[in-house]
Amino acid sequence: MRDWLIYRTFWDLTVTGVALGSIYALVALGYTLVYGVLRLINFAHSEIFMIGTFASLITATNVLGLPMLEAGQYPYRTGFQLVLILLACLLGSMVLSGAGAVALERAAYRPLRGSGDQFGAVVLAFVSAFVVGLIFFDTPKSNLIFGIIGTGPIAWMYLNIFRRGRQAPRLAFLISAIGASTAITEAVAIWGPRDREQYQTPRVLEKKTLFKLFGTDIRIDYVIVIIGALLMMTALLLFVNRTRLGRGVRAVAQDVETAKILGVNVDFVILITFLLGGVMAGGAAMMFTLVYDQSKFNIGFLLGVKSFTAAVLGGIGNLKGALLGGLVLGLSENYGSALFGGQWKDVIAFVLLLVVLMFRPTGLLGESLAKARV
Amino acid sequence: MKKSTLLRVSAIAVSLAFVTAACGSDSEGSVSEDTVVTEDTAAAVVDGVTCEGVSIAFFGALSGDAGNLGKNIRAGADLAVSEFNTANPDCQVGLVDFDSQGDPAQAPALAQKAIDDAGILGIVGPAFSGESKAANPLFDAAGLAIITPSATNADLNDNNWKVFHRALAGDDKQGPAIASYISKTLAAAKVGIIDDASEYGKGLADIVKTTLGDAVVASDSIDPKAADFSAAVSKMKEAAPDAIFYGGYYAEAGKLAKQLRDAGVTATLVFGDGVKDNGFIEAAGPAADGSIITCTCADGASNAEFAAAYTAKFPGETPQTYGAEAYDAAKAFLAAIAAGKTDRAGVLEFLVTYDAAGVTKQIKWDETGEVAGNAVYAYKVEAGVISVVGLIE
Repeated sequence: MRDWLIYRTFWDLTVTGVALGSIYALVALGYTLVYGVLRLINFAHSEIFMIGTFASLITATNVLGLPMLEAGQYPYRTGFQLVLILLACLLGSMVLSGAGAVALERAAYRPLRGSGDQFGAVVLAFVSAFVVGLIFFDTPKSNLIFGIIGTGPIAWMYLNIFRRGRQAPRLAFLISAIGASTAITEAVAIWGPRDREQYQTPRVLEKKTLFKLFGTDIRIDYVIVIIGALLMMTALLLFVNRTRLGRGVRAVAQDVETAKILGVNVDFVILITFLLGGVMAGGAAMMFTLVYDQSKFNIGFLLGVKSFTAAVLGGIGNLKGALLGGLVLGLSENYGSALFGGQWKDVIAFVLLLVVLMFRPTGLLGESLAKARV
Repeated sequence: MKKSTLLRVSAIAVSLAFVTAACGSDSEGSVSEDTVVTEDTAAAVVDGVTCEGVSIAFFGALSGDAGNLGKNIRAGADLAVSEFNTANPDCQVGLVDFDSQGDPAQAPALAQKAIDDAGILGIVGPAFSGESKAANPLFDAAGLAIITPSATNADLNDNNWKVFHRALAGDDKQGPAIASYISKTLAAAKVGIIDDASEYGKGLADIVKTTLGDAVVASDSIDPKAADFSAAVSKMKEAAPDAIFYGGYYAEAGKLAKQLRDAGVTATLVFGDGVKDNGFIEAAGPAADGSIITCTCADGASNAEFAAAYTAKFPGETPQTYGAEAYDAAKAFLAAIAAGKTDRAGVLEFLVTYDAAGVTKQIKWDETGEVAGNAVYAYKVEAGVISVVGLIE
């Protein structure tokens, strides 16, 4: 029995679909930017989003000291204070996600490109020493001490390996991405204070209805998400198309070797690309926690897969494609689950992807970070 | 050449370290109760029960989204075992944990692990219905008796598993009771039904839906792994039911309750036993208030003697959902061990005629493994506390 309720819930589904689609789009930008420049699917990008949700949570509770619940009520804030809290959370998410993305690039990808540096060697050495420490010790503290002591010699060893400047095959990047993703999620699951349980983030914004559109309540949190995502995306497009660094990004996307000959610092451009992707994911993460007030060690997984789908749907490597792909995916998921039932939500997303790729193999707008123009 | 050997050696070392780390953090199969073998048996004979190397096992989620429910069950079983061990110095029974994370995909391999441990004479669990369907055929083939204190899916008794026992009534009793509570006590004319497409959640929701019949104005399934349930929420908002029943576990129930309330849905929320945990209150916050939760489980805290023993064993804690049922289940196995049954066949045979007063009810099984009596209790959330309302007619 098909449920034709969709006609009566159409506008409601549209608003929530656009809001969720905007979050997909922001995360999709990270996949698309890195793919455009490196021809690499950065599967650990979903974890950068997860780090962003936790950064938002930590900023709100540990830095700003907001309580979770005040005597059975949410610690709602209003006016100037509310704006400051939201901006602080946004900043926290963007900074931590951006830093995470940069660290990921330098530790997990740059060594494979044959230009590993001290930073990557130290991070990898610390992780290796820490893991070796797990064999001998069973308290986090002694593990940590062993990790710090072991970092020196192992980092030296790694640096010597890095100096040979060997390029790893393409497949190695993929394994490195999957490995980094698993390592980050499991680290949060094992050492996080709540293990694999869900975390609640304090809700400071009262989700009031702002106005009615076509008989549907438009809630303030959805408005913030949609406008925030649009602003961030415009800023990114302007950066890539109008600035000197952005021109470097486009140059590397077109042809790495030529860009190098013409004096573009390729490693720096790649770093900037990861940073941009991380900052966008951080913004998405803050908005996500604003709407759903929760996080979890594997929160990035499903959302990452969806965002990657959105990136491919719109044309991977294409910035506007990521936006379009995100919106199309968010909306079709919502309409689809209203039509066929929520259990079909993921199926709908992937059937849509297949159909689109059948007719347009390079996605809705085609692959073209290099040619991106406003 | 020399350097590439170094690289290779270090790669092997790191991967070895990973493997060892994975084993090291493994919580499965760890014996939590130290098995003390008394050296001078002549001096320590108290009431004649002697045994060696026997244990019972807990099987269910200790981590993951529904991990709290498993921890409650484990605590109940743990209490029964330690009481037994104190009373019988010459028979120290171990309690072995098998953490399934509530995942049916992990259940068969874990079940095999339990079966391969010859010292295990009985299983308290599997805790959930989905993992029960996956693991029980293995337990049945191995003749290892199971008493589940919590898996309530109605179809579980219908598989001719001779090892299957349940310490509480199934969803075939709970479902109609929920329907009657919604239609009579809540006097709801329009009802919305949502489930999480799991063995337990969908099973229970379908029974409620069939029993309520025409009163159901909207129904939907959600993906419990997703964060956003807006399609289901829109549907409920449009249909404007007086009551909404959700079949599923507490973590998603919390998210769903919050999203329903955020969207302005005012219907009374009704949940099954999988939601009866403080994790629901935590996830839903103020949105949980006024919710009704039904359970075929008894309120362990209202049995003063049991509650006192529980708090003595776990300072500062009170018995939670399924804790009392788990205690009763473990007691049945321990009675078998006390009666000198030290092999799996003996324990299984012993349970057929077992008839004893438990904390929750008289424990006595029929030939399908269902426990006698079919009590269903209603609980209500008020100011962030789940408290018992009473038996549902």
